[in-house]
Amino acid sequence: MRASWLIALKDLRQRVRDRSAILLALVLPLALAAIFDLVFGSAATPRPFQYAVVDLDRGQLAAVFVEETLLPLQSEGVVTLQRVDTRSEGEALVTSGRVDATFVLPRGFSVAVRAQAPAGIEVIGNVDSPTGSAVARSLASSYVAELKSVRVAVAAVAAQRPLSHQQVEQAAQRAVAVTRPVRLDDISAASKVLDATTYFAAGMAVFFLFFTVQFGVASLLDERATGTLPRLLAAPIPRGAVLAGKLASSVLLGLVSMTVLVVATSVLLGASWGNPFGVALLVLSGVLAATGITAVVASLARTADQAGNAQAVIAVVLGMLGGVFFPISQIGGFTTALSLATPHAWFMRGLGELAGGGGVIAVLPAVAAMLGFATVTGALAALRLGKVVRL
Amino acid sequence: MTSPAPAPPSRATAPAPGTGPVLVTTGLVKRYGDLLAVDDVSFTISPGETYGLLGPNGAGKTTAISMVAGILTPDAGEVTLAGRRMTSRSADSKANVGYVPQDIALYPDLTGRENLRFFASLYGIPRRAAKSRVAEVLEVVGLTERAGDTVGKYSGGMRRRLNIAVGLLHRPALLILDEPTVGVDPQSRNAILANVESLAAEGMAVLYTTHYMEEAERLCDRVGIIDLGRLIAEGTPRELTALVGEHDRVLLSATGDLGLAAARLREVPTVHRVSVTPDGLELFDDDARTSLPGLLRVVARAGARVRSIAVREPDLEAVFLHLTGKTLRD
Repeated sequence: MRASWLIALKDLRQRVRDRSAILLALVLPLALAAIFDLVFGSAATPRPFQYAVVDLDRGQLAAVFVEETLLPLQSEGVVTLQRVDTRSEGEALVTSGRVDATFVLPRGFSVAVRAQAPAGIEVIGNVDSPTGSAVARSLASSYVAELKSVRVAVAAVAAQRPLSHQQVEQAAQRAVAVTRPVRLDDISAASKVLDATTYFAAGMAVFFLFFTVQFGVASLLDERATGTLPRLLAAPIPRGAVLAGKLASSVLLGLVSMTVLVVATSVLLGASWGNPFGVALLVLSGVLAATGITAVVASLARTADQAGNAQAVIAVVLGMLGGVFFPISQIGGFTTALSLATPHAWFMRGLGELAGGGGVIAVLPAVAAMLGFATVTGALAALRLGKVVRL
Repeated sequence: MTSPAPAPPSRATAPAPGTGPVLVTTGLVKRYGDLLAVDDVSFTISPGETYGLLGPNGAGKTTAISMVAGILTPDAGEVTLAGRRMTSRSADSKANVGYVPQDIALYPDLTGRENLRFFASLYGIPRRAAKSRVAEVLEVVGLTERAGDTVGKYSGGMRRRLNIAVGLLHRPALLILDEPTVGVDPQSRNAILANVESLAAEGMAVLYTTHYMEEAERLCDRVGIIDLGRLIAEGTPRELTALVGEHDRVLLSATGDLGLAAARLREVPTVHRVSVTPDGLELFDDDARTSLPGLLRVVARAGARVRSIAVREPDLEAVFLHLTGKTLRD
């Protein structure tokens, strides 16, 4: 134990003097997180859709669309709404890019609906805001579909017995009142998504972690190449202490760099990582998983250079699959399943749980998954690298 | 071990009276697949004795001393150090050995002092004692003033000296030096040899491998000649050179049909061994001073042209040539 610690401390001292190590462990992840946040942050952070509405109808059904469909969304912060008087004003707002779309409720809309005549809501979309336009179209469509269901309900009542105009109104009112039997509360996507700053900070931290921890294990191959390994083996220390020291230096390097990055991105970039104990567990298990994986890769190489190249490839592939650059889970299907074969995805998922208000318990599945990676790869690495220290 | 005929093996060599041997190796064998790297090697070293393992590159010297240092486990045979059996796991025995590998086994991005302190800590030297011991060995190898520089800035000779200093830190009973002068300038080489002489004079047992016969002749009380993994002769330098007899060694720098010239020379009664070298011919003669004119005539008749002649007294190089038919640098 003491010998392992001495070897790990020696390695750390060497790494501190290696500028490339500091660059990879601290400077690059911090800089890239800041740059990504600056460039993609506004696009990645959800903002309310900005809509305008032109009520030329002034009728009851147009008012229902505005008051029961659009205004509740505004109060939930999903959209911002501004009323304008003319179609041309609404169109001008779209053209100037000040709104994502304008709803135009045409004159005679309510009357037409009641008379079972053709009626429609016009949506003027901003070509530069396809998502906002699509959402606006979807809102209008759903309202139109709702009206259709009211028509069907009234028609069904009228088919049984003749109705006066007043009775038709009452039937329609009742139908409108019961058109939302199911309410959808989607909390998973909204509340468990990291904000852009935290997402890029965490993504870059875990991505570069795989470059940081590779130094410790690869240095065993360096020791063999430079001739210091026989000298270590000639010393009165257990042979396993050499390998344990190398693994320990990887873990220490990883923990130090991740801790510095968590603190630095919180202070400098405003990232909010969540419950500190949960973050600590995620960081520790993530570092162990990264150490295990890079150690296995190193054990397959003959030289430290070979190991470094292979580790870099693995780090990039796993990082991309794990969704550190963009949320790969949104692609869905096989890709989502594949991403779970990386510690990165579990790390980000764990942080998502914390962002959703979860505590230590919430991150345990992610921690367990990463410890699984660490155990399997660590055992494999110990088995293979053990041969190196036996010469 | 199976001892070579010319000189008895070290197993029969008694240690100095009143002191047991520091190192006893018995029948060491190491195989790598089909290659028998070390074959039944036995020798002993007493306190204050410098023992040289002399042989060409690939002869098995480094493999043999790696087993002595506990780095490699022998396939057969055993190593006893200060009365205790050495294995790759025996920390007590390893603590008695100072191992100086052939490679510069140092960390170039650490300073000389940091390198020494790291290895001192591995050998369990307490921090305060290590500080003074590091200063002592730096003084011994003449690197006190450069101790704060990173090893990467050292010259080749300075690195070699620091490499040796690491082996001295824990005051070992046995110091193993594996080709410690390879690639160093004459000044550093002299400093290294002087250090070894002084350590042996202080009572340290030294196992010294080299393929430089002049180093072995200067430093070693006894020399074991190793070739193809086998210890083929052992004794003091004087005993070993006596194996060649009173024969002179004649080096002829020559061109032409050297094979034919060598064949004709072998027919001369005073000539004992002839070999073709990259430069010409090498042979042993009972008395070169009187035979030389006749030898030159034989060479000329065989169609070879002699450009220069050198006659040398018997030395360890000659012993090796005598025993194996090849030079140490082959």
